[in-house]
Amino acid sequence: MKFTEEHEWLREEDGEMVVGITIHAAEQLGDVVFVELPEEGTVVSKDDEVVVIESVKAASDILAPVDGEITEVNSTLTDNPGMVNDDPQGEAWFFKMKVSDPSQMDEFMTEAAYQKFIG
Amino acid sequence: MDDLLQTPLYELHVGLGAKMVPFAGYSMPVQYPLGVMKEHLHCRGQAGLFDVSHMGQVVLSGPSWEDVATSFETLVPMDVLGLEDGRQRYGFFTNDAGGIEDDLMFARRGADLFVVVNAACKEADVGRMRAGLPSAVTVTELKDRALIALQGPKAADVISALDPKAEAIRFMDLADLTLNGTPVWASRSGYTGEDGFEISVPQENAESLVKALLEHEAVEPIGLGARDSLRLEAGLCLYGHDIDATTSPVEAALNWAIQKVRRTGGEREGGFPGADTILGHLSDGVSRKRVGLRPEGRAPMREGVPLFDAATGGRCIGEVTSGGFGPSVQAPVAMGFVQTDYAATGTMIWGEVRGKRLPLSVAKLPFIAANFKR
Repeated sequence: MKFTEEHEWLREEDGEMVVGITIHAAEQLGDVVFVELPEEGTVVSKDDEVVVIESVKAASDILAPVDGEITEVNSTLTDNPGMVNDDPQGEAWFFKMKVSDPSQMDEFMTEAAYQKFIG
Repeated sequence: MDDLLQTPLYELHVGLGAKMVPFAGYSMPVQYPLGVMKEHLHCRGQAGLFDVSHMGQVVLSGPSWEDVATSFETLVPMDVLGLEDGRQRYGFFTNDAGGIEDDLMFARRGADLFVVVNAACKEADVGRMRAGLPSAVTVTELKDRALIALQGPKAADVISALDPKAEAIRFMDLADLTLNGTPVWASRSGYTGEDGFEISVPQENAESLVKALLEHEAVEPIGLGARDSLRLEAGLCLYGHDIDATTSPVEAALNWAIQKVRRTGGEREGGFPGADTILGHLSDGVSRKRVGLRPEGRAPMREGVPLFDAATGGRCIGEVTSGGFGPSVQAPVAMGFVQTDYAATGTMIWGEVRGKRLPLSVAKLPFIAANFKR
């Protein structure tokens, strides 16, 4: 699993990247009450806003970590947004994407580096 | 952050693991480790303890109750003179344009008037009272008292266990109690839609009283996050958001707070700032009104979301003034202003969220049944 400075995690699965937010990010957000997911098939560029997460207090964006195409979204989050708090690094992934430039992955952190990053 | 004020309970909040945020010039707890959602539900189910010491506590005293009450009536459109000893009322200061300068609670304590005002407005309010009241009426800001609120269905049991006299306090009564060895002023009121008490306590005794209350298994500390969602579900206005200096009380649907004696034809008609405008609004109606709003989907609609009369095109007919997710309603809830033609319950309108028009309906307030002890 790789980690971004924006508190996302990426895990490779069958040649695609599964993307979610870290336990640390979920704790910071507080109780998640709504998740707006992108359309499957959307072509995105790195740093595009692709997901909106609303917690009790505020709305936050998740940015596309790399260039690529959204291939699948986790629609169970639509009816059960609280999963983001319960299992952010497992069941509550947000989307899968086909990465168009794998070299963009090079700058991401290992788990150990991310733990150090969040101090 | 260094110039933020602290309430007498600051150390206790930090010790309880609260996340502190700047609010109205104070460092205040926005949530505790329980989290906003569980804090909210705990308050509705049991009892929630709030530190509201940042709010202003003011006492007006004068030669007689009549002097104090009639002079205060020159600043607010409420029946003050008719207040019996030990009774409390909701009110607001108005301005010459008929807008609301702040909302407040006031209670009669013998010949004195005890006034609680919003933190962000307290300096202006004290100035307004000093300038507006005759010199025979003394305006004293009680900077040496903390204010805590215990809200929820178990609140009465908790307070009564400390002083059995609490049971007899009716909704909107103010009484002297002794809690944990400390004499306090307790009113049966609050701002959550629940039964509960607001307790004014000498600041040196505040921490020990709060600790004693927290020892009760029904009591959890509750932060500003849940305070906001609780008052929103209860359909209560937040000053600076739902009401402000440009909102008339009639537009804000606060007509109920203006008693008959101060209205046209009443015994003490008018005589407060903006009376012509406000009494005109009461008789002629207004072009916009505060309403409850229920978004149909799951997306919360927050303050600033513009409201339209059509799913595409159409006209902008209003704006959300506060909104979010209602943990007890289990759905998004909001309040806002709409043109009066669209203010009827059940009217379908659309809110624009991140460029998308989403349907919502005008709803009755409050969103949850109030649980007051009458």
